Amino acid sequence: MKILVCISSVPDTTSKINFTADKSAFDKNGIQWVINPLDEFALTKAIKLQESQGATVTVLNVGDTTTEPVIRKALAIGANDALRVNAEPKDSFSVAKEIANVAQTGGYDLILCGKESIDYNGGAVPGMVAQLLNQPFVNACVGLEINGAEATAVREIEGGKETISVKLPAVIAGQKGMVDEKDLIIPNMRGIMSARTKPLQVQEASASEVRVEGVSYDSVPARAAVKMVTPDNLDELVRLLHEEAKVI
Amino acid sequence: MAIFVYAENINGVYKKAAFEAVSYAKSIADKMGDTVTAISVNPTDASDSLYKYGANNVINIKDDGLKNFSAKAYAQAVNEVATGNIIIFPHTTDASSIAPMLAIMKDSSLITNVLETPENLSPFQVKRRAFSGKGFMHAKADAQAVIVTVSQNAFGVEENPVSGSEEIKNLTISNEDTKVLSHEQSSGKLDLKEAEVVVSAGRGMKGPENWGMIEDLANTLGAATACSKPVSDIGWRPHTEHVGQTGKAISPNLYIAIGISGAIQHLAGVNSSKTIVVINNDPEAPFFKSADYGVVGDAFQIIPALTQKIKALKG
Ligand SMILES: Cc1cc2nc3c(=O)[nH]c(=O)nc-3n(C[C@H](O)[C@H](O)[C@H](O)COP(=O)(O)OP(=O)(O)OC[C@H]3O[C@@H](n4cnc5c(N)ncnc54)[C@H](O)[C@@H]3O)c2cc1C
Ligand SMILES: Nc1ncnc2c1ncn2[C@@H]1O[C@H](COP(=O)(O)O)[C@@H](O)[C@H]1O
Repeated sequence: MKILVCISSVPDTTSKINFTADKSAFDKNGIQWVINPLDEFALTKAIKLQESQGATVTVLNVGDTTTEPVIRKALAIGANDALRVNAEPKDSFSVAKEIANVAQTGGYDLILCGKESIDYNGGAVPGMVAQLLNQPFVNACVGLEINGAEATAVREIEGGKETISVKLPAVIAGQKGMVDEKDLIIPNMRGIMSARTKPLQVQEASASEVRVEGVSYDSVPARAAVKMVTPDNLDELVRLLHEEAKVI
Repeated sequence: MAIFVYAENINGVYKKAAFEAVSYAKSIADKMGDTVTAISVNPTDASDSLYKYGANNVINIKDDGLKNFSAKAYAQAVNEVATGNIIIFPHTTDASSIAPMLAIMKDSSLITNVLETPENLSPFQVKRRAFSGKGFMHAKADAQAVIVTVSQNAFGVEENPVSGSEEIKNLTISNEDTKVLSHEQSSGKLDLKEAEVVVSAGRGMKGPENWGMIEDLANTLGAATACSKPVSDIGWRPHTEHVGQTGKAISPNLYIAIGISGAIQHLAGVNSSKTIVVINNDPEAPFFKSADYGVVGDAFQIIPALTQKIKALKG
């Protein structure tokens, strides 16, 4: 069984997000990069399948050379090998195209992604990849088992969950819950050492078209100063919410 | 060419997100002097409820093969009937699974998590959520056709009654790839992303046994409940309630945060709430800086008292 895990490299969750002076781009100055947290759930799931079913796990990133430390981290977590498609990701479509190109010839039984990258919040790449490959797609996956040529996936739905059997190959986008938080793997020394020698192949991009452009960016406007109410004056809080904010 | 909109239903009943998406489509149609065509799969609700928000036409897809959800089969169905250049979806779990597949079928630009009506129609340009609530992006579509998903509770529901008409479209989409084995959905529970009021609590509540007062307050307000990440990590509350950068992003009219410190990852998911109330016993809690109203004090005293006062107000 061959699993491809698509990881995006995103600003660490503690990052303050700033934009360049002309607001035309995200300001990468001083940013620490991490594996997209939702992809980490997918990667951990893949490593579990590697342990339980002898699956081989390849991580794939579409990115420039700056993403290599993040790819090495995925190798340290336990992926067998890695592939980087050398391109600065421009939009979901072009990234999905690159992933689909890799998958077309790779013979993967399963492609795992995160539901959404926490930087551009597209939530678009996995579904696009599935359609480009004409494979079934399960989104918001919170549980996954593989039985031969089929997967049993649990997906989150509004107000509940649904269990589905899916024919492989398929594209599955995971999120928190796919594995337990406590099962996320923190690389140990041995993992980090072995990651240095695991294969990280670089492949040139196919330069596919871009369909969405970020023309400018804004920061979140600051809120007006907080109005404090003392605990013995909750009537005032209720009044403010009712009369001033008009939300109750 | 009409503006098409996917009107999502649950077990045949339209979701609020469907009305919001129709309202959004209507606002674009008005700008363009165009009409709105809503698409729904196996609805049981009458189309009147969509006319009310501005849908001039409703196409009801009837297909027994679509009884259960499959992103691919639903995308194929929508692809057959949505013939326009602008297709609107709500950013719900199902719709945001269909939209990317449809974008490939139609060679469209896909712009997700949209917050406002477009800034420009040709080329289509619109403001969207980015960086998990830490910023906004103005995205421009390069393709002729564009598909957008509208962030829930961002645009709002606007009544705009028109006299509409309905068309039944019988389809037989085959779906051999996926099979639903079980489906658990609590119908009574308010959907967190749709809720206008959210009562949220964090580690300050000390343990799951103390959530009774949180639920009382939520019930009094007709609110959904949410929680911080650690609270769901340790299993005090289900994962589905986790809000923040790695959980759900929400934008209710009122967000009440109780015993939550206000870490940057938490704020990211909730800072687009219109009004934020923070209740915390630590005056230095960072959350107060991002709040509209704050109370410093013990949640265990404040919450029951506040619930009583709101009950009194609501009579
Ligand atoms: C990769 C990553 C992703 C993350 N993503 C998210 C995310 O999506 N969402 C999220 O929420 N967090 C996220 N976090 C965690 C985040 O950094 C914080 O740890 C978390 O939000 C803190 O939760 P809390 O406020 O409930 O708990 P604490 O930080 O422990 O705060 C508890 C608060 O309760 C107050 N309190 C205590 N007793 C009382 C009382 N009796 N009455 C009133 N107040 C009281 C305290 O003063 C304190 O402010 C993430 C972290 C990482 C590393
Ligand atoms: N540059 C990338 N390289 C590899 N995988 C990616 C990349 N961007 C996004 N993905 C995958 O697609 C998922 C959803 O991303 P997005 O559609 O950008 O929100 C991510 O969680 C990743 O699994």
